[in-house]
Amino acid sequence: MKNIIVVGNGMVGYKFCEKFVAQSGNEAFKVTVFGEEPRPAYDRVHLSEFFENQDAKALEMAPAEWYAENGIELITGERVSDIHRSKKTITTVKDREFSYDYLVLATGSSAFVPPIKGVEKEGVFVYRTIEDLEGMLAYAEKVKKTNPNPRAAVLGGGLLGLEAGKAAMDMGLEPHIVEFASKLMPRQLDSRSSQVLQLKLESIGLNIHLSKATNQILGDKAITGMEFGEDDVLDCDMLIISAGIRPRDELGKTCGLEMGVRGGIVVDNKMQTSDDSIYAIGEIALYNQMIFGLVAPGYDMAGVAVDQILGKTESLMPAEIDMSTKLKLIGVDVASFGEPFMPASKGHSVIFENKTQHLYKRINVSLDGKSLLGGILVGDASDYNMLHQVYLNGMAIPEDAAQLILPATEGGAFGSALDLPDTAQICSCENVSKGQICGAIKDGSCEDLAGVISSTKASTSCGGCKPMVTDLVNETLKSLGKTVKNVICEHFEYSRQELYGIIKIKKLTSFNEVLDTCGTGHGCETCKPLVSSIFASLYNFTPNKEDVTQDTNDKFLANIQRNGTYSVVPRIAGGEITPEGLIVLGQIGSKYNLYTKITGGARIDFFGAELNDLPAIWKELIDAGFESGHAYGKSLRTVKSCVGSTWCRYGLDESISFAIELENRYKGLRSPHKLKGGVSGCIRECAEARGKDFGVIAVEGGWNLYVGGNGGATPRHAELLAEKIDNETVLKYLDRYLMYYIQTAAPLMRTAAWLDKLEGGIEQLKKIVIDDSLNIASELEKEMQFLIDAYECEWKQAIENENTKKRFNHFVNSDDRDDNLVFVPMRDQKMPEHWKN
Amino acid sequence: METLLSKYKTVKEEDVKVWFKAASVDAFPKDGGACVKYKDLQIAVFNFSRLNTWYACQNLSPEKQEMVLSRGMLGDHKGIPKIACPLHKKTFSLLTGENLNGDLDPIATYPVKIEGENVYIGFSD
Repeated sequence: MKNIIVVGNGMVGYKFCEKFVAQSGNEAFKVTVFGEEPRPAYDRVHLSEFFENQDAKALEMAPAEWYAENGIELITGERVSDIHRSKKTITTVKDREFSYDYLVLATGSSAFVPPIKGVEKEGVFVYRTIEDLEGMLAYAEKVKKTNPNPRAAVLGGGLLGLEAGKAAMDMGLEPHIVEFASKLMPRQLDSRSSQVLQLKLESIGLNIHLSKATNQILGDKAITGMEFGEDDVLDCDMLIISAGIRPRDELGKTCGLEMGVRGGIVVDNKMQTSDDSIYAIGEIALYNQMIFGLVAPGYDMAGVAVDQILGKTESLMPAEIDMSTKLKLIGVDVASFGEPFMPASKGHSVIFENKTQHLYKRINVSLDGKSLLGGILVGDASDYNMLHQVYLNGMAIPEDAAQLILPATEGGAFGSALDLPDTAQICSCENVSKGQICGAIKDGSCEDLAGVISSTKASTSCGGCKPMVTDLVNETLKSLGKTVKNVICEHFEYSRQELYGIIKIKKLTSFNEVLDTCGTGHGCETCKPLVSSIFASLYNFTPNKEDVTQDTNDKFLANIQRNGTYSVVPRIAGGEITPEGLIVLGQIGSKYNLYTKITGGARIDFFGAELNDLPAIWKELIDAGFESGHAYGKSLRTVKSCVGSTWCRYGLDESISFAIELENRYKGLRSPHKLKGGVSGCIRECAEARGKDFGVIAVEGGWNLYVGGNGGATPRHAELLAEKIDNETVLKYLDRYLMYYIQTAAPLMRTAAWLDKLEGGIEQLKKIVIDDSLNIASELEKEMQFLIDAYECEWKQAIENENTKKRFNHFVNSDDRDDNLVFVPMRDQKMPEHWKN
Repeated sequence: METLLSKYKTVKEEDVKVWFKAASVDAFPKDGGACVKYKDLQIAVFNFSRLNTWYACQNLSPEKQEMVLSRGMLGDHKGIPKIACPLHKKTFSLLTGENLNGDLDPIATYPVKIEGENVYIGFSD
């Protein structure tokens, strides 16, 4: 048996182990891993999440047991201090000696601390390990006791510095980013995109100071501020240094391996150092005169080292390393690929910038306009996957390259996903190519999306490529002449729209009836709620009628939260509430000890209600005149409003009154997905109505009606359906539009996606809704009117029926409560304790 | 929290020492479930009336360790009766406890018998 010793148990060191155990031929080796930190490898990329939950376990790449289960010896808390190349051994700080046949150095990097006067003062931290973060947390608590408004400065406005800024904010300190260069993220962004990012970050509370060279750190024992120039001082109580990394290459130096001039251990494309038995991977490896601080190339290096040691000598590191990255920085999309900055001599740039929306997109195109060389995206990186593929595969681009980044047009500028070459890597986490995905269908080994995903593992890691995988599978099936049938599940060979028709024509009214008439088996968590939703849309059945076929939220008429308690949201139509109403809500929240928050839909949400308490809470709410807000249903949520001409000096019409009318009209309406509306009193659009499934905006001469907008994962503005129409016409068109959507959309498809898929798009919808081209308008209106007339508050139904109330007992044989619930205090209220896994 | 999960161990019918009388048959909804308290255990009991069969399993979701499985939805996957956790729709076989759409640890299952109008759950202690 041969010994492999891995020095360093960080992300890349762990990846080496993971790839090693997955390879054949590993039986002849024993792997021993040394980690200097007390815990096994964790995800440093998501370090700032530690501040949200302070759960170090959640960041672990794999638990300590994983190493043992895979025959790897993990030795943590013991640093390797020397390498003795002549006798092929290492010694540790505890003076223990181990011999190796192969040595893999993965010691990573440490934070670079610039030699600034006063840097040793108390309250100065680096941002690198969980121990660093724990130190910061303890110090922040101490500072907060003496200073009610403490400030933290972060030295460095790069990727990690901005993460550290977020961390400071999460610790309750006022964050200040101090950057030496004249822009943020100088390595990834050009000046304009960096300005857009800065505006966005400032809008969420980060203070940003650019072009600042720090002279010294002020304070006696502990830090009190930073001095840049004579009169240029920033007071602060804490400083987090994030000014870059330095490879931890001391071991290489002391044992005489070939080193780079500015550090790093020189490796070739086999990841071998100047000593054949020693490999170096990750942030200590100097490859092509570069240190790669990204995790993806580090993982690739780990893979190459594994292959080389196991004798798969054809596996080599490519000469060009793709440094493209896409990440979410404090909730802001930032991506760059290929050549983000490009001299004008090499090509042209096409730039789209919208500072009001914090959006910036730049693509660099070759001088002949035929190929994509690189680009930068800030604010919205949804096009990154496709742009990155176009760049990597040198694919042809549209004559007008601007189409690649302009807001979506019909069909998009990319054409079909099938145009990609077979080698295109679709899932970069699991390394699955387009050829593998399409091949799985073509060779007959898989027949649908689920099959392809389970056999190739594509989209199982981060899921970012799922839409592309879905398109590829569907397009391939189509190209083979197979119909892509969107069946509901294994129990129904129909689409939702078809089943809707069957239930309507045969007048079916219970799930078992539907299953026995046109399905097989006994149903599942997909078809049961779907059939319930169709019943609600056809007959306005509330969930009380057949509660066992409802999703848990509908079954208990409340939103289940992560510890199994529920939230309670009474309807506050249009956001209008009397002071007396607010007082009652306050009293109820306080009586049942509920965490209380204002929602994005301008109403009040109570969290942490135990199942047993729901009927009593709702009894009090209903007695005070409230009714269900349907926050738990795939149904109308809120119609948000601005104050309109009632109060506003710019208002053109009474937006609150109209919003209340619309919300009351459609309350309780169940649909394929949730529905939201908005009414604004003028084009300043304070109600954000165009971000809703339907939006009404007052203009001179009437209302403009917009449809098919949403926020969510793929934000989209609603499109104009009709202009300058009166109240009555708005209702008429809305009735038709909503009813048509309810009848024809796929399950869990919001109006935006539905409108996208509707052949002919908004123009076709106008024909149907306004011109009545299908001759169904009067029927749609009639069906909607039936639903409106049949509305009943389902919570009132529930509390007035003794049998229904029993549903809310946690135990069927005891009045006891769930004793597994644990709440912890947070900012004068409570929250559930963190998940343990 | 290992201790909480480890309290739930599958009981085979032949190993039953105690048949615990949980509640009357009509306390459980048809094709639905409810939670039964036995000592310090929470057991989810399901009346799968389409199959004319009763099932019982731990109420504890092994994914996030919350007491919620009795509030989930019944169904079948290729004929195997299953329960879907209400939190993230992880599904478990009611026959073997196996996680059908993921690689979570199996849940513990318990035998159920109906005598007269009452539902009994079998425990080994």
